[in-house]
Order: sequence, then C-alpha cells, then structure tokens
Amino acid sequence: MNFPAELKYTKDHEWVRLEGNVAFIGITEFAQRELGDIVYVDINTIGKDVAHEEVFGTVEAVKTVSDLYMPIAGEVLEMNTDLDTNPELVNSDPYGKGWMVKVAVSNAADFDGLLSADDYQALIGA
Amino acid sequence: MKNTALTAIHTQLGAKMVPFAGYNMPVQYAGINVEHEAVRKAVGVFDVSHMGEFILKGENALDLIQRVCSNDASKLVDGKVQYSCLPNVDGGIVDDLLVYRMDDKSYMLVVNASNIDKDWNWISKYNTKGVEMHNISEKTSLLAVQGPNAASTLQKLTDINLSDMEYYSFQKGVFAGVENVLVSATGYTGAGGFEIYFENEKAEIIWNAIFEAGAEFDIKPIGLGARDTLRLEMGFCLYGNDINDTTSPIEAGLGWITKFSKEFTNSKNLLAQKEAGVKRKLVGFEMIDRGIPRHDYKIVDEQGNEIGIVTSGTQSPSLQKAIGMGYIDVAFAKENSDVYILIRDQKIKAKVVKYPFYKG
Repeated sequence: MNFPAELKYTKDHEWVRLEGNVAFIGITEFAQRELGDIVYVDINTIGKDVAHEEVFGTVEAVKTVSDLYMPIAGEVLEMNTDLDTNPELVNSDPYGKGWMVKVAVSNAADFDGLLSADDYQALIGA
Repeated sequence: MKNTALTAIHTQLGAKMVPFAGYNMPVQYAGINVEHEAVRKAVGVFDVSHMGEFILKGENALDLIQRVCSNDASKLVDGKVQYSCLPNVDGGIVDDLLVYRMDDKSYMLVVNASNIDKDWNWISKYNTKGVEMHNISEKTSLLAVQGPNAASTLQKLTDINLSDMEYYSFQKGVFAGVENVLVSATGYTGAGGFEIYFENEKAEIIWNAIFEAGAEFDIKPIGLGARDTLRLEMGFCLYGNDINDTTSPIEAGLGWITKFSKEFTNSKNLLAQKEAGVKRKLVGFEMIDRGIPRHDYKIVDEQGNEIGIVTSGTQSPSLQKAIGMGYIDVAFAKENSDVYILIRDQKIKAKVVKYPFYKG
C-alpha cells in the first residue's frame, strides 16, 4: 500500500496535504480498501467552521457507512464535486482525484501535530 | 471460529474474511460491484457451506415437517424443493428454510447458519413421533453457482441434464467425477443457476473443476457482500434483517408460503391476522433524493412522524440507485407512496416500489 511521505495522517485514516493555508483532505488507501466500493461521499459542512476531530461528512460504501473526522480545524471551503458522479475515484486514486474537501486551516501549526507516513503505517501495521 | 473446507482457497485468492454466524467467511474478493456484475452478466461461485442441513427420515417425517413449517410440504414430489418458514408461537419466525423431498420418507431441510442450533432444538421439540433426525451441516459443503452462464459451466461436469431442470427441483448424480452430489436449481440471486451439495472432502476437487469449466466465461468467486446486494435487488428476505423472531410471515409478505390448508405452529393466530389485516407490512422502496438507507434507520412521513423502520438497504450495483426494504404502516405501504428515510437526522425522500427492484 502507498502512503506518500509528503502527507500527514490521522488515526481515523484521513490524510492531509497542506498548500499554504489550505488543506486538502481525503481518506487513505488503507481506508478505501477496508471500506470497499465507495458509492457516496456526503459532505454537509461546506462553508462551516469544523473543529479538530469533529465529523465533517460521511463516506458510504456498498455495505457500510463511515464518518469522516476533521484532521485539522478550519472552514470547509468546498468539496470535490467530481465525487458526486464518480465516488469510485476515492477507491482508484485516494490521494489524488479522490480528495474530498478543501479547508481553510485556522492554525497551520496544527499540521505538524498529525501523524507522519511512517507513524501511520506503524499504526495500521502495514 | 469455524472454517469451511474452502477457507484456505479463499485466503489464497485474497478474499477479505469476516466472522459470520460463527464461520470465517469471504465477504469479498475483487470488490462487491465487480462480483455483483459477474453474477448478473456471466457466472460466479459462492461458498455458502456455513448453511445448515438436516436430514429427517421415517414414516412421520412429513408429519413433523407439516407441523413446524408454514408451507404445505404435502405438495412436494420426489426431487422438488419448497421455500418455507418455521413460525414460532408468538407470531414471529424461527427461521426461513428450504425443504427438499428426497423420497416420501426422507427430507432435507436447509437452514440459515446463524440458526442451526435454534432450529435443531425447535424441530426436535415437536418431534414426538420418532422421526430420525441428522444434522449433517458440518460435513456438508455447499456452493452456489449463479448467473446466466451457470448451466453452460456446470454442464461440462455432469450428465444430469441441467437445462431441463425446473426451478426449485434437484437431482443427485455424478458431478466432476464425484458421486452422490446433489444439484439443485435454486439460488438467492435472481440470476439463475444452481446450488451444489456434497461432502467436505470433495470441496477442493469440485471448486477447482467449476473454475476450470467456467474459465471461458471469466467465472469469479463471489463473497457474502455481493450475495447480499444480489438478494436485495430481488427483494428476497434475509433472516436477521427483514424477518426475525418478532416479524410475522404475513407482515413479511410471505403469505404465499403460509398455507392454511393444514395446521402448523401458530397457524390459528396467523390465519386470524391474515383475515383481520396487518398493521405494518414489509415493502421495498427506492430513494428519490440522495442517500443510502441502512438497517434500523427510521422511516417517517412528510411531517416527520415515525411510520416504519428500514430492515435492509444498499446502493444497488445493477440499478445504480439506493434501495431498501422495511416495515411500514399499511397506510403508506401502497406502491408509489411518498415516504422519507431519516438519514443522519435529515428526511430523505423515497417511494414505495414493488419487488423485484431489478427486473433483468
């Protein structure tokens, strides 16, 4: 499994990529494999401030539903609208075309508190 | 945790294994959607060896079956299968099952894995006339080979004329060189096909022979995940989800297997319920607005009043829309009724539809 070193991770299996003050957030390759075929990404927090570890949406696979937890506090600017019609992008390209939301980060220093790729792999035993 | 005779093969194939009814079972291999499509369009193989099989033998075998089962097993002839259920005394259902008539003094009952002990004890309690009962569940393997290419695949392996077999009939014969294999024209997918019963010792031989025979159709192993989406697209009940100890066969739409031509457990009360009419009914619905219904979500009316409960739900791989089943107040149970599913505190619009969801 692939866990890019430039990303940060959470124990809830989200990844974060920081570009200036904007964070891109998605779920990890491990998470998409565990969930299986993803059929709906439901983001109901666009335009809202969401605190660290609060739920910012849900991801539905054929058989299961799973909450998405905010890795880093901030305002949800937009979601990846490609996922409305092609939610399977989360399976096929979890770190690229399968990104879920863009967030204006409240405090960029929070990024440093997240797990490194190595820490995350150790956590999931990969 | 028990294994089936094929667990090593599933693991080798990269299946994701999960505990189910005390068994270590494959929930998916390549993914639910591709497996689902393989069964609808070509052919797939499910290891469902966790299912339970009981043999009932003797002069009074039919009498016992008639007492515990809702359907009328006296209508069976040798080589025919019947869908039935075991009503309890409180208005609910102990289990749903298949009844196979081997001959007039010998039957096989096929029950849900999670209910093997419960069913065995239940039937034993009514066995007051010395019917010989054998639980052959643990030594019996069961493969479901389902899909439009199932017959062409399996015909290479047996002299039994598969294309002539009627739905819900079975034959015993030589299959893949193995004697005494029971081939049954049944299934839980709506895709057509067969279910094959044999002894555990032959499991690998038979599995491998089927995959070799089906190679030209790109035959695939199918997990319990796709088994559930396939059955749900047909509106087939799953015990534990859509029917249980508290749901009556009349409410569940199983009136067609509840025959009052004879007496059986709780038949008087069920007949009274049928005549008086039920207050809630198991119906199918499809989502109009976006959302996926799940087991135990509430069904509400436009004002938000609770009118029912979801028992099964999924995104249908064949229809590419979200579908579900649930018990609903009869006032809302008519086809095309507008109902709402409460998903994460939001009312999401749905409408009542007829089964099957998928019409092929």
